[in-house]
Amino acid sequence: MDTLALSRLQFAVTSMFHFIFVPLTLGLSIMVAWMETRHLRTGDGIYLRMARFWGKLFLINFALGVVTGITMEFQFGMNWAEYSKYVGDIFGAPLAIEATVAFFLESTFIGVWVFGWDKVSPRMHAVSIWLVAVATNLSALWILLANGWMQHPVGYVIRKGRAEMVDFLAVVTNSYGWLKFLHTVLSGYTIAAFFVMGISAWHILKKGKTDFFMRSFRAGAAFGLIASILVVLAGDFHASEVAESQPAKFAAIESLWTTKSDCSYNLICFPSVRNERNSVEALKIPGLLSFLAFGRTSARITGLKDIPKDLRPPVMGTFLSFRVMIMLGFLFIILSVIAFVLSGRAGLEKRRLFLRIMLYALPLPYIAAQLGWIVAEVGRQPWIVYGVLKTSDAVSKAVSAAQVWTSLAGFTLLYGALAAADIYLLAKTARKGPEPELPAAAGHNKSGKEA
Amino acid sequence: MLFQVIWFILWGVLWAVFFMLDGFDFGAGMLLGRLAKNEAEKRAVLNAIGPFWDGNEVWLLTAGGATFAAFPATYALMFSYLYTALLLLLFSLILRGVSIEFRGKAEGAGWRRGWDFGLFLGSLLPALLTGVAFGNIFMGLPMDAEGYHGSLLTLLNPYGLLTGVLFVLLFLVHGALWIAVKTGGEVERRAARAANAIWYALLAAAAAFLVSTGFATRLYANYMKAPVLLVLPAAAVLALLATKFYSAGGKYLRAFAASCVTIVMVTFTGVAGLFPNLIPSSIAPASSLTIFNSSSSVYTLKIMTVVAVVFVPIVILYQAWAYRVFRHKEVDITAEKGPY
Ligand code: HDD
Ligand code: HEM
Ligand code: HEM
Repeated sequence: MDTLALSRLQFAVTSMFHFIFVPLTLGLSIMVAWMETRHLRTGDGIYLRMARFWGKLFLINFALGVVTGITMEFQFGMNWAEYSKYVGDIFGAPLAIEATVAFFLESTFIGVWVFGWDKVSPRMHAVSIWLVAVATNLSALWILLANGWMQHPVGYVIRKGRAEMVDFLAVVTNSYGWLKFLHTVLSGYTIAAFFVMGISAWHILKKGKTDFFMRSFRAGAAFGLIASILVVLAGDFHASEVAESQPAKFAAIESLWTTKSDCSYNLICFPSVRNERNSVEALKIPGLLSFLAFGRTSARITGLKDIPKDLRPPVMGTFLSFRVMIMLGFLFIILSVIAFVLSGRAGLEKRRLFLRIMLYALPLPYIAAQLGWIVAEVGRQPWIVYGVLKTSDAVSKAVSAAQVWTSLAGFTLLYGALAAADIYLLAKTARKGPEPELPAAAGHNKSGKEA
Repeated sequence: MLFQVIWFILWGVLWAVFFMLDGFDFGAGMLLGRLAKNEAEKRAVLNAIGPFWDGNEVWLLTAGGATFAAFPATYALMFSYLYTALLLLLFSLILRGVSIEFRGKAEGAGWRRGWDFGLFLGSLLPALLTGVAFGNIFMGLPMDAEGYHGSLLTLLNPYGLLTGVLFVLLFLVHGALWIAVKTGGEVERRAARAANAIWYALLAAAAAFLVSTGFATRLYANYMKAPVLLVLPAAAVLALLATKFYSAGGKYLRAFAASCVTIVMVTFTGVAGLFPNLIPSSIAPASSLTIFNSSSSVYTLKIMTVVAVVFVPIVILYQAWAYRVFRHKEVDITAEKGPY
């Protein structure tokens, strides 16, 4: 493999690894903040124990989000130097703003939260975790505005052989970036909800009904119901935006080969890329695809055959990833509705089959989110900045294939070890369950001291 | 022109603040095994850096991000030319972060000893590597219109290594003083002793650095042109002497403050000598990356200036507040397990 292929592989490995931890951080920070706020409001000690137990899992996850994020920051310059030179004028700004407005806030107040149980007032302590939650979501906004610009470049001119920003406002109000932001953070909330429900289900299965995990499950179900519906809605808007600004990607995710108006949607479909058609098409719903894309059943959609071969993304991977993401999306709504209904009634602990399903469903939202990134990034190929710069022109010239082989091997080993340590800690902590009940009103006690 | 200069200054400030803050984390991480003899003492040392290290590290991310936004060509070439060195830096920072965060979250002597070693390595290497990198930047990199002609081994030249050693010693003294400020009892005494002893090595390294900079780099050319700049190295030397004066007198907080000034002034001394280069070329001066030929458009620089002027003071305010919240000494550490 050459430097380009290796750099692509390395970017995929490191970014997807980063994105294992990121979405849980986005959602669980909010849930923990909500639990601590409930405790402040009601004085009920169980919410404090909830905040501490889920907060501990949050911290284990957060640590890896932070350290894998440093890689992301460095590798634009290391592996994609031509890219960084070409678009740094625009792309560097949101990245630097992200560090200035979000990373400082999040890293400072997570320290206050972990070490501050007996140093700041209970109210300030709750404010700290809220600030962490806000900051992580802010950081998502800025990085996704940056990524949104790569998907749909706006507010720039090409001057002296590189892109220069002429309209900052256009960059920060880029609707593509905002939709990406909504869809991505909502996917994170879905992940957090299923995480909380899955672990709670395990405890209820193992130890029967405990107030602690019944309430945690209920909180996860409520959060999950909202998030799973909204993530699908946002995804639908997102798909329309793709249809408008990236016809090649849209054709690939829907495996649409010939340009036509009044496109129908095939519930069952399988592409045959070599023959440039679909080998299986069944359960047609007339006009639906045109309607989903442009809001009119009569709308005309470009097919892949009208896009030059060298400007088409890989169809099979994009198509399958998209299909599976959508099926999972609907599955999450169904599961959340059932979870919400059952957890609102007595006898949840007796629904052992459902609880077991919720336990095994824990990894599914993670898979959906990873597939989403494959849709977004592979579907944009061969462009790194859509219509402006090709991925093949973006790679560093000074870096040799041997160097990237070495770094890729290093990342694989290091990340593998980190994943092992992380899973070990998470499983151990999750299994151990919450601390025993604290003496009343002693919530903010001295025991928060250990690093 | 004006905005390029503003961003050059900010660039220097971001690096200086990063070294000043994360420097004590690196120092404490390197010294953990020396200063703390049992689990309770280790916890005292770790708690002295626990609430801060992540916030301190973000100054590095911001320095990197600011280089990207303000001087994209420098960011691109510096990071791709120094690929392997940066990779090592990255791996060691990752190791440092997880070591601090994971060590206390499970029991077992083996588990903890493993992460303690990770912390040592993850603190030593960033100190050494950033020093080596800056030493080489001061000298200039072997680059011309064709590209880069160096490798990891060319970076390990005597001047680069000397700068690396200088950084390690600076951070060791800095970290030891921080621990002396933040702990009590035996740990405090050991830390103070370490700071006083290592200071002599630091003095020697600093003298060697100041002299060899005259031979190995062109940094002093700017000082010939504008002698007023000499206040920077002069302040560095004075602050270094004050560090010893205060720490020998048992005034650790003042000694630590003096050590902060030393680190900032050492960084400024180098950066002021670079101007207007960001990375000089050692073989073809015309190929040097300057703040003018590698900067973003003035439009982007203006926007970033507004962001920096609004947000950096806010950041400084709440970080200062956090340091105040955790200003107490870590003395009443018991071995009893808490939730985190
Ligand atoms: C949708 C959200 C999202 C996405 C797409 C990314 N990140 Fe991320 N990142 C976060 C959301 C996030 C976060 C939730 O805010 C993290 C995870 C844990 C944490 O501390 O913050 C984080 C951490 C994190 C850190 C460590 C910050 C610290 O030390 O506190 C860096 C440097 C980056 N990220 C950089 C990047 C870059 C350069 C990305 C793009 C290529 C990227 N992240 C994708
Ligand atoms: C914001 C700046 C980003 C840049 C500059 C960027 C750039 C790239 C590049 C150069 C590739 C390799 C091209 C390819 O192999 O198809 C890629 C692929 C990919 N990136 Fe992004 N990306 C960004 C954001 C992200 C984020 C935040 C994620 C999520 C974690 C992500 C996930 C992926 C995935 C899953 C691939 C597919 C890998 C593949 O095609 O083999 N990207 N991106
Ligand atoms: C029916 C439901 C869904 C639809 C219609 C949908 C639609 C989309 C589309 C069109 C993209 C590509 C955007 C681009 O190319 O830039 C995308 C990306 C993505 N999807 Fe989905 N999605 C759905 C469900 C989900 C679910 C359930 C999750 C996770 C829990 C998820 C997570 C993601 C992520 C993380 C990305 C990448 C970031 C982004 O581009 O926004 N999606 N989705």
